Amino acid sequence: MDIPMQCYLLVAAVMFFCGIYGFITRHNVLAMLISLELILNAVNINFVVFNRFLYPEALEGYFFTLFSIGVAAGETAVAIAIIINIYRNIKNIKVENLDNMKF
Amino acid sequence: MIELKAIHVVFAVLALIIVVFSIMTVTTRRILRAATYLLFVLFAVAALFFQLDYQFLGAVQLTIYAGGIIVLYVFSILLTHGVGDKQDLPEKKKVIPALVASLGGLALAGYMLYQETFPAVPYDATDPDMKVVGAALMGLGEGGYIFPFEVISVFLLACIIGGILIARKR
Repeated sequence: MDIPMQCYLLVAAVMFFCGIYGFITRHNVLAMLISLELILNAVNINFVVFNRFLYPEALEGYFFTLFSIGVAAGETAVAIAIIINIYRNIKNIKVENLDNMKF
Repeated sequence: MIELKAIHVVFAVLALIIVVFSIMTVTTRRILRAATYLLFVLFAVAALFFQLDYQFLGAVQLTIYAGGIIVLYVFSILLTHGVGDKQDLPEKKKVIPALVASLGGLALAGYMLYQETFPAVPYDATDPDMKVVGAALMGLGEGGYIFPFEVISVFLLACIIGGILIARKR
């Protein structure tokens, strides 16, 4: 393999900071969740690349990616359940309108 | 002059897809399109895993992310939005700090990547055997992952119960 690992890490970094940008600027809870998905996936790329290039005989990055994908799936399911419940109560899912629990 | 090989071209295409569609995911004003662009990014990431010879991880990425999570997103988007709905443009007082944070962070990360020299380990393109992976996943001893495996089992059960309890109609 003659692609340096920095190239992979740079792609992951771009993806990560796109996620950060979206998370800050979006008004819609679902859109924020999509940005979060980008962030999680960028981290997965990093795990895999470090595992492959620096410790090819170990499996740590491999397993952490597996677990991270599983956690992301569970987290998304619960978050979408919450979002649908919010939609039932206030008929939209903009973050500005979510102030029932503020004090 | 580096000789251009097929693998370079493949990587360049994948990197381009990831970068362009990541940016479009967070800037498009139609949320259904954001979900679609996210799907393209996830496909490209799965292709990166395949390129790095982690076949199983690529398959997991395809089935769970592209097959499961995106379907969830599309359903919930269709349940909560009209098809042609456009999101409001983000206001300036949010865009500027977001741009500063993301571009500044990217510059910092890029600079550190440029400065850092990683130890040169000979590249080894073996895909871990499923037998090894399964044994490690269930292993108790050195290099065993039984504890996180159990934790994630309980976690997923909690997610199922929580999802049903939260989303059911009262």
